[in-house]
Amino acid sequence: MISLQVNGKKYAVDVPPDTPLLWVIRDYLKLTGTKYGCGIGECGSCTVHINGKAQRSCAIPVGDVQGKKITTIEGLKKDHPVKRAWVQEQVPQCGYCQPGVMMQVAALISESPNPNPDKIILAMDDVLCRCGSYPRIKQGIKTAVDIVRKEGKRL
Amino acid sequence: MKSSISRRDFLKGSLAAAGLTIAASITPFGYRLLNAAEAKKATFKPNIWLEITPDNLVTVTVPAVEMGQGVYTSLPMIVADELEADWKQIRVKQAPGAEDYKNPILGIQLCVASSSVRGYYEPLRKAGAAGRMMLIKAAAQAWKVPEAECKAFDGMVRHKKSSRKISYGKLSQKAAALPIPQEPVLKKEGEFRIIGKPMPRLDIPDKVQGSAIFGLDFTVPNMLIAVFDRPPSYGAKPVSFDQNAAEQVKGVRKVVPLPMGIAVCADTISAAWKGREALKAKWDKGSHPDLNNASIEKVFMEQLDKAGAVARKDGDVKQALEKATKRIGATYFTSYVAHTTPEPMNCTAHVTKDRCEIWSPTQSPFVSKLVASQVSGLPMDKINVNVTLLGGGFGRRAAPDVLVEAVLVSKIVGKPVKVIWTREEDIKYDQFRAATAQRIEAGFDGQGQVTAWSHKVVCGSILKDIDPKGIINGVDFMSLWGLADFPDSPHNNNIMYQIPNLAIEFVMNDLPIPVSPWRSVQNGPNAFVIECFVDELAHAAGKDPLEFRLQLLKNNARPKRVLEVAAEKAGWGKPLPKGQGQGIAQHSCFGTYVAQVANISVNENNGMIKVHKVVAAVDCGPVINPDTIKAQIEGSIIISLSAALKEKVVFANGGVKSANFGDYKIFKMSDSPEIEVHIIKSTEKMGGIGEPGVPPAAPAVANALFNLTGARVRRLPLDPETVREAIKKRM
Repeated sequence: MISLQVNGKKYAVDVPPDTPLLWVIRDYLKLTGTKYGCGIGECGSCTVHINGKAQRSCAIPVGDVQGKKITTIEGLKKDHPVKRAWVQEQVPQCGYCQPGVMMQVAALISESPNPNPDKIILAMDDVLCRCGSYPRIKQGIKTAVDIVRKEGKRL
Repeated sequence: MKSSISRRDFLKGSLAAAGLTIAASITPFGYRLLNAAEAKKATFKPNIWLEITPDNLVTVTVPAVEMGQGVYTSLPMIVADELEADWKQIRVKQAPGAEDYKNPILGIQLCVASSSVRGYYEPLRKAGAAGRMMLIKAAAQAWKVPEAECKAFDGMVRHKKSSRKISYGKLSQKAAALPIPQEPVLKKEGEFRIIGKPMPRLDIPDKVQGSAIFGLDFTVPNMLIAVFDRPPSYGAKPVSFDQNAAEQVKGVRKVVPLPMGIAVCADTISAAWKGREALKAKWDKGSHPDLNNASIEKVFMEQLDKAGAVARKDGDVKQALEKATKRIGATYFTSYVAHTTPEPMNCTAHVTKDRCEIWSPTQSPFVSKLVASQVSGLPMDKINVNVTLLGGGFGRRAAPDVLVEAVLVSKIVGKPVKVIWTREEDIKYDQFRAATAQRIEAGFDGQGQVTAWSHKVVCGSILKDIDPKGIINGVDFMSLWGLADFPDSPHNNNIMYQIPNLAIEFVMNDLPIPVSPWRSVQNGPNAFVIECFVDELAHAAGKDPLEFRLQLLKNNARPKRVLEVAAEKAGWGKPLPKGQGQGIAQHSCFGTYVAQVANISVNENNGMIKVHKVVAAVDCGPVINPDTIKAQIEGSIIISLSAALKEKVVFANGGVKSANFGDYKIFKMSDSPEIEVHIIKSTEKMGGIGEPGVPPAAPAVANALFNLTGARVRRLPLDPETVREAIKKRM
């Protein structure tokens, strides 16, 4: 049995410890917002937060994350600044990669509330969007940063 | 576990709800509008459905599929505007695969060729307008006032004189009993309230919350996951595999050897992958063991010397070339490119003795139904194709290959089966954007006019496997799109330049590498060649590339206008920041005209191109959702530049060597330029928008590279090695 803490809930799942976290989240916890894109941590569609850091769930064995706090896109508040910014800027096209993209952005802004362009590129070059929504992702980050600043809360 | 509706269910549902249903059916004499009872008769095959129910909701059944191009919003916008509905009462239902839902332009329910909005525009307007007129009539009758005194607005019919108003929901039952006007009065352009406005997309909220359901997210109880071990090279057959060992793996239920590979079915994907490893399959060398990039290019180049099938012949090119005072020739090569849809290929099927249910992220719902019927052996009325959201399409999801696998495996194991491809399979077993070799020769007369253009294309046939009857006298026009189109095509994918003596020839490449439409189909590579070569001609003639194009387009007004606007907005000809070059290109396809100006710089030591900015001008005729147009052009430019600068499928030992995003690199945020999109106000015929932004980007960059360095690169991709070599040679 593997015990997990995801989006504030505790789970016990009977899977081999080498199972990638991604497939446990999707197939056992039925949280399908986290996507499979490449399986080797290159595209970022599977990004979740592990103890607050953006990580690639497809490349992490579930056995390694017992006792850690895991957050998926479903665990990000419905009115989270990044989610609101993404609607406001109409960022998604097909939208498949966007949960991973948004988790990457949420971790970035939580770590540095006003990231400079270099820091943004450094973080965002790890997530791929085949529809080419990059200009809007950039705008979405600006808007999310503005929302956080205006509302005066830290993420 | 029913997530979608068959036509019969739909009618049952709407009749039970007893609201107003309007269907539109194409007949040889135009559209016929039908009520629910008429639509139920087998004589009509309605391709549009609109339903207004007593709960005051307006449900539009969208016959196209949503893959990011925004049809779940743009198609309902058209209905809502004509209906005078309140946008908040609009609901979207995905149509299943059915003959009924055919796109009037394509004659089949297929989401390709940038045809959804322009195809369904007219019937959707008529259905909406008919609904509005019926609701007004119903209200007028109820109030016993003249219809002319009633007005529909925001989901209500209002009678100003008596200050009465009534909702569409309340009127829906009464309206349903009225005859449907066959020639409804459409709104005039200035009367639109929704069409032409940047409406927020209806599919975005779910996508942002992570609750949107793509094909891969769909589950059926007791479903097995199937993965395939596939031949590593083209034509390879299995020599040995250990079925027993695979079936011993915990969670593996069954191994099913099939012609396309060995399927391993298991309770979970991890178990299926472990089972696949345990197969330890060995394969023979296949049909073309020596195939690699160099051997492929050699074949293409040799084929350039063969006589081609004639696709277009205007005037006498041979004679015009002989008479020319100046002749320019060039040879181009463009590589194979993979689709890499964000959501890897997948399909879920449940085949029982008398039914076949499909859940699929597909661009071709009706073809899926046909193919599922053939593969399952069940009649068409026993097949139900449910369409999920698509995690990217780009043409790849028009092919039914993964559906065939899911139906076959489910039929054999007798359970619901979801086939999932890995990213490695997605790239290795893709049906690529076709590589091309192209040779052109053009001639000028004494006045500097281009009088002759002879163009030969070597390319694989896209239609060969999907519609061989579409190949006309040896010419696959789909492989020539951008240069020459099918006779009577609704797309006008022809060369826009007007040259008196023009010959286009096609040589069919028959390597075993499968090819298929890739966003804009062959308009992409063919426009690259046309637009780079036109640039070569401009420089040979000593003319400005913009001026030269305008001249060569003669009286072709729409492409000229986009060129002029793009040039003006980009500051064409004005001084550039130090170290930057500028290039221009135009192309039209699927009825839409696009020009782009690219500003680039290059690191001459390593050959890396940096695209700083692309300015685009678009004439797609009447605009439905301008924000979607902008998004589609942005995305088109980025995917086009990704292919142009980075992407090339690597082949080795008779198969595909490229495996995943580790060695098949696509554009990242830092690669992407600033993009400016200018939509030209136009009352011309409506064109498509998902693809026409793709073709001009690559040649605009190549032309900018020439402008900056004097190096002309006649191949794609413009990868650093190629660019570095070209710059070195020039020196």
